[in-house]
Amino acid sequence: MTTMISISNLSKTYDSGFQALKTVNLDIRRGEIFALLGPNGAGKTTLISIVCGLVNASTGTVTVGGHDIVTDYRAARELIGLVPQELTTEAFETVFSAVSFSRGLFGKPANPAHIEKVLRSLSLWDKRNSRIMTLSGGMKRRLLIAKALSHEPGILFLDEPTAGVDVELRRDMWALVSELRRQGVTVILTTHYIEEAEEMADRIGVITRGEIILVEDKATLMHKLGRKQLTVQLQEAIGAIPETLSGYGLERTEDGHALVFTYDAERAQHGVAELLRDLATAGIAFKDVNTTQSSLEDIFVDLVKEER
Amino acid sequence: MNLHAINAIYRFEMARARRTLTQSIISPVISTSLYFVVFGAAIGSRIPHVDGVSYGSFIVPGLIMLALLTQSIANASFGIYFPRFTGTIYEVLSAPVSYLEIVIAYVGAAATKSIILGLIILATAALFVPLTIQHPLWMLMFLVLTAVTFSLLGFIIGIWADGFEKLQLVPMLIVTPLTFLGGSFYSISMLPPFWQTVTLFNPVVYLVSGFRWSFYGIADVSPALSLGMTFFFLVACIVIVGWIFRTGYRLKP
Ligand SMILES: Nc1ncnc2c1ncn2[C@@H]1O[C@H](COP(=O)(O)OP(=O)(O)O)[C@@H](O)[C@H]1O
Ligand SMILES: [Mg+2]
Repeated sequence: MTTMISISNLSKTYDSGFQALKTVNLDIRRGEIFALLGPNGAGKTTLISIVCGLVNASTGTVTVGGHDIVTDYRAARELIGLVPQELTTEAFETVFSAVSFSRGLFGKPANPAHIEKVLRSLSLWDKRNSRIMTLSGGMKRRLLIAKALSHEPGILFLDEPTAGVDVELRRDMWALVSELRRQGVTVILTTHYIEEAEEMADRIGVITRGEIILVEDKATLMHKLGRKQLTVQLQEAIGAIPETLSGYGLERTEDGHALVFTYDAERAQHGVAELLRDLATAGIAFKDVNTTQSSLEDIFVDLVKEER
Repeated sequence: MNLHAINAIYRFEMARARRTLTQSIISPVISTSLYFVVFGAAIGSRIPHVDGVSYGSFIVPGLIMLALLTQSIANASFGIYFPRFTGTIYEVLSAPVSYLEIVIAYVGAAATKSIILGLIILATAALFVPLTIQHPLWMLMFLVLTAVTFSLLGFIIGIWADGFEKLQLVPMLIVTPLTFLGGSFYSISMLPPFWQTVTLFNPVVYLVSGFRWSFYGIADVSPALSLGMTFFFLVACIVIVGWIFRTGYRLKP
């Protein structure tokens, strides 16, 4: 597996004295969908902006496709398409000319056929001759994506792509990311919506207060940190948990009609079988059991809480 | 060289000028025509010839310079300030474009526009007063050098400004007064000796004088000095622009 972006010992202190990134090390693999997950102000946009050349790093180096972003910025930037967080668009230009402009800016000769393909894939073709200021917010977001894809980049950055967009666009966005993955484009998206990372990403990096505290395959992450809960619905409410069951760390629901057992599904001896046996021994009859697995959201909240 | 990028920015800027034709061409032409009517025809008829040239003809080079200076600054400062203001500058900064290419494109477009404007005003002037151009190549040389130099100055202002007021500030408080006091409407020799000396500290004097020399062969200061000073301003602006890009001043946090 080859590395597409390599970030080493990157830090950023803004002129205000605020340190937005502490030593960040991160490798992005070619062709993967990487989600950078973190709360507002964590440093996601700062990190992306440095890679794309919008912000100067304080220390550290970044290579994109093997090219240093400072000394070999042309080769590095040609590979990158950026969809910024803010809806920053021109106003008076038409959709088609704005997207063509982007392509030229990235050093590619005009190619109306490609622009048409991109605009169609983003449902913007009908609007090609409209002035940008007449577009809705969602359409402007689509336009920003079209601009970023105009020069056929190998890497696409999506900074909070679905913040404040409607359901339809969100669905289209997910479809687009799958399509890009199929084409072999490396996608890095930032988000503070867990479900988005869960839905789209192959790997997830969690960032808080300028530090990447975890990078993991999504499946591994969910597996490793995913605790399971077993809920046992009782036939009759019980007033207290019997002494014989004290070793399981059970919780009793308020009405006493259910017991909740939290266990680590990865462990060979997680104790579910023993618990059920001991329940029977204690004479507690149950009518139903069900298990739930924690979502990324729970994991994330746990992680960020631990950090504090 | 990323020629596609230079081309894209240049054409983008020229398209903006076409959209705002009233603002970029028609209003400067009208205001210049008003100068002709007021200074050339109304007042000028009572002023005898200056250095052997009728007053109406005498002020033509100065008027073109006035338009060239103000429009170069306005075009270039707005061209770079506006994307900074709206945030669309992110795209240029993240593109595989060198700073030199950015300057060539923005300043080139701004200079092109003001040169076209200068030529239109020249043509307009020809309708009002008799004109002779003794040194056409030098005339074009001064026209182009001045347009480029002041477009660079406009570019610097557009990067320095952090509000629309500041964008207007330098042109209004510095450039317009210097132009009016720089011999656009009179020959410096008409001034008392003390003010003649003071005037020599005004850079615009050299531009207007050299430009007028290319028309009528008359000048307040020697044409060589004019040319030298024009180059001096050009180099000064290039040095400042170079510094801006080396440090990322107001472009990159
Ligand atoms: N230009 C700047 N000057 C000073 N501080 C900044 C600047 N840009 C961002 N910050 C600060 O850096 C932190 C990280 O910001 P950002 O990277 O935008 O976070 P995120 O994208 O994760 O929400 C925030 O606390 C923000 O206020
Ligand atoms: Mg952000």
